[in-house]
Amino acid sequence: MLSLRGVSKTFEKTPAVRDVDLDFTPRTTTVLIGASGCGKSTLLRLALGLVMPDRGSVHLDGERVDARSAPALRRRMGYVIQDGGLFPHLDAGRNVSLMARHLGWEAERTRERVLELARLTRFPESALDRFPVQLSGGQRQRVGLMRALLLDPEVLLLDEPLAALDPLVRAELQDGLREIFRNLGKTVVLVTHDLAEAAFFGDCIVLLRDGSVVQSGTLRNLVEAPADEYVSRFVRAQRTLHVTGAEAAR
Amino acid sequence: MKRPERGGRRWLVTATLALAGCVPSCSGDGAGAAPPVRIGSKQFTESVVLGELAAALVRASGSPAEHLSQLGGTQVLWNALVRGEIDVYPEYTGTLEQEILKGDEVRGEAELREALASYGVVMSRPLGFNDTYALGMKAARAGALGIRSISDLKRHPELRFGFTNEFMDRADGWPGLKARYALPQEDVRGLDHDLAYRGLSADTIDVTDLYSTDADISYYGLRVLQDDLNYFSVYDAVWLIRADLKARAPAAVAALARLEGKIDASAMAAMNARAKLRRVPESRVAKDFLAVNLGLTVAQEEQGRGARILRRTEEHLALVAVSLSGALCLALPLGILAARWPRLGAVVLAATGVLQTIPSLALLVFMIPLLGIGAPPAVAALFLYSLLPIVRNAHAGLTGIPAPLRESAEALGLSPVARLWHVELPLASPSILAGVKTSAVINVGTATLGAVIGAGGYGQPILTGIRLDDVGLILEGAVPAALLAVGVQALFAGVERWVVPLGLRLASKD
Repeated sequence: MLSLRGVSKTFEKTPAVRDVDLDFTPRTTTVLIGASGCGKSTLLRLALGLVMPDRGSVHLDGERVDARSAPALRRRMGYVIQDGGLFPHLDAGRNVSLMARHLGWEAERTRERVLELARLTRFPESALDRFPVQLSGGQRQRVGLMRALLLDPEVLLLDEPLAALDPLVRAELQDGLREIFRNLGKTVVLVTHDLAEAAFFGDCIVLLRDGSVVQSGTLRNLVEAPADEYVSRFVRAQRTLHVTGAEAAR
Repeated sequence: MKRPERGGRRWLVTATLALAGCVPSCSGDGAGAAPPVRIGSKQFTESVVLGELAAALVRASGSPAEHLSQLGGTQVLWNALVRGEIDVYPEYTGTLEQEILKGDEVRGEAELREALASYGVVMSRPLGFNDTYALGMKAARAGALGIRSISDLKRHPELRFGFTNEFMDRADGWPGLKARYALPQEDVRGLDHDLAYRGLSADTIDVTDLYSTDADISYYGLRVLQDDLNYFSVYDAVWLIRADLKARAPAAVAALARLEGKIDASAMAAMNARAKLRRVPESRVAKDFLAVNLGLTVAQEEQGRGARILRRTEEHLALVAVSLSGALCLALPLGILAARWPRLGAVVLAATGVLQTIPSLALLVFMIPLLGIGAPPAVAALFLYSLLPIVRNAHAGLTGIPAPLRESAEALGLSPVARLWHVELPLASPSILAGVKTSAVINVGTATLGAVIGAGGYGQPILTGIRLDDVGLILEGAVPAALLAVGVQALFAGVERWVVPLGLRLASKD
C-alpha cells in the first residue's frame, strides 16, 4: 500500500503540500482533484521520491521512500504525465522498452512484452517504429501508459494524463483506461482538475486546496455532505458544466 | 632571465600533453636518422637569409638541418637556444650586450664569451658586417626640414615616430635614445618593421628605426640620420651555437665557421634586396651566395606550391585535430559536471570564459616559457581556446532539457549514469555538436597564429607574406585556411546526421 504520513513540502517559501495523510487503497483508483496549484501534482512527485518531503514520510508497502530507496521503488510505480513525457529521440517501441534494455532483458522477451502492451492499450503495432513527433496526442498518451506498465508495477500514478487531448479522443481514452485499470487491478492515483473525469474514474475522490486535503470520499459524499463551503462551490462550479452537457444530449 | 612561476600550471600542461599524446603525431622524422641540426631565425628578412645560409652550410657538411624560420623576437630565439630547442641562430653583438646580457654588464669580447659560456652557448667570429640600428626618414622630407642627425629631430617635436615593437621596449632602443638625445616627440607608436617602411612611404609616420643593411633604405630613398652622440652600439652579426653541438655534429660547427668574415655590409644588403625586393626565395639567395663566395654547390630543396600547401595542410590539421580532440575530452565532462552541480558550473563557466578573453597572440606567447616553441605550445593554446564553446554548449544543452522529460527518466528508475547516457546526452547532442563546431571553426582560424611561435601551418606563408609584402603568399595561407573552415562546417553537417538522433532531427523540422 502507498501511504503518505504527515507530509509537508515547501518550494522557495511557498507551501505546496501541508501535513497530508493519505492511504491509497490497493487495487482501487483514487483521484486527486483541486484547482491549479493545490499541490496535487506535487503529491505524485513526493510518492515517487522525485522531491523529498520537508516533514513527514512516504511509504510503499511499509518501505520508506528516501534518496537511497527511491530508484528501486520507482520500478514498482508507473508514472504517466500530460502528453506522455516521451523521449523525442526514441521511437515509440524504444520509449516503452528503455527500462528493459537498461535491465538487460533478452530481445525476445522485450519484444513480446512491448507487443502485449500494444494490444492492451490498443496501440497499432505498425506505429511502434514512429517517433513521438510523428504520433497523435492520443497515441503518445498510450505509449506513455505502455512505458509506465512495462515492469508491471503495482502502483500507477497519472498526472493529468488526458488534459491535452481533444474531447473525442479523450472520451475514447477514458473508456480504455478505466477498462485497463479494472482488468489489471492496479493501485491507481490519477490527478485531474475535472470533476466529471474524477467521478468517471474514482472509487475515491480526494479534494485538495492550498496543499491540504479538504475532503475525501465518493462523489456522492462530496455532493451531499460537503465538508465546507469550498467543497460546495467546487462541486457546483463543475456540476453546472455537467448539467449543461446533459441538456445538450437530451 | 627571470622565469615565470610554473608549479601551478604544470598539471594543466601535463594534462594537455597527455591528451596530445593520445593522438598519433603527423610530423616527426624517420626512426634511426641522426637528429637534424635545428637553426632558428628572427622575424626579419636578413635573419631568415642567414638562417638559410646556415642550413645550407650544415647540409653541405653532411648533417641534416631544419630551419625554423621567423620564430619570433630576440627573447624567443635566445630562450629556445638556451633550452636546446634550437642549436644555432644568427645574432648581433650589440643585441647580446645591450639586451640579452644587459644585467651582466659585459665589456668586450672576452667577457662576452665568458658570459655566454655560462649559458652553454658559443659565439662565432663576426660574419663580417655591422648591422647597427639607425633612424631614418624620407630623404626629401629630411631635406626640407634640414634634418641630418638625430640631434636635429629635437627641433621638430611634431614629427610622428613609428618604431618596431622590439625597438620600443629594448634597453638600447627608444627609451635610451629618447633620454640620450632628450627627444620631445609624443606621437610614438610600435609596429612591424616591414609595415613601418610602408608607413614611411605612405607618410603616415615620419621617422622609423632601420637596420643599416636593410634593402629598403635605397628602395624607399631614405636618409639615415647621423648618430652624432654615438648612442647605438656595434651590431656585428655572429652565430650563436649551443656548446654541445660540437660533440653531436662537429662537421656542422666547422661548416658554420666557413662564413666568418665572409659577408660584408654591401653583400648583406644585396642579399636582403634580392630576397625582399625581388622576391627571390631566401634559400636560393643563400645558395647563390655560397656558390659565388665559397665555391659551394648546394642541392636546391625548393618545394612546389602544391607540395608546400600539402605540408602546411598536414601541419595545420594536426594542430587543429590534436587540440580539438583534447578539448572535447576535457570540456564535455566539465560541461556535464557544470550542469549537474550549478555552483561548480558557475566556476567552470567563469574560468573557461576568462581563458577566452585572453588575446590569442598573448596566450600563444604565454605558452613559450612553459612548453617552448613549435607545435606543443600552439596546441596547448588552441586547446584552452576550444574549451569554452564546448563547455558552454554542453551545459546549455543539458540544463535546457525540459523538466518533465528529466523527471520522466528519473521516474522510470534509471540510474543517473543511465539517464545521462540514454536520455540527457542524446537530447543535448544538437547543442553539444554546435559547440564543437564553433570550437573547430575558431580553432582553424586561430591556428594560423601558431606560425608566430614556429608551429607551422597556414600561418607560415601569411607571416612570410606580411614580411615580404607579398599578397600571393598571404593568400597561399589565407585561402586554404578559409576553405578548411568551410570544409569543417560541411563535415559537421555530416557528423550531425550521424550523432543527432533521427527523432530529434524530425522534431526540429516540425
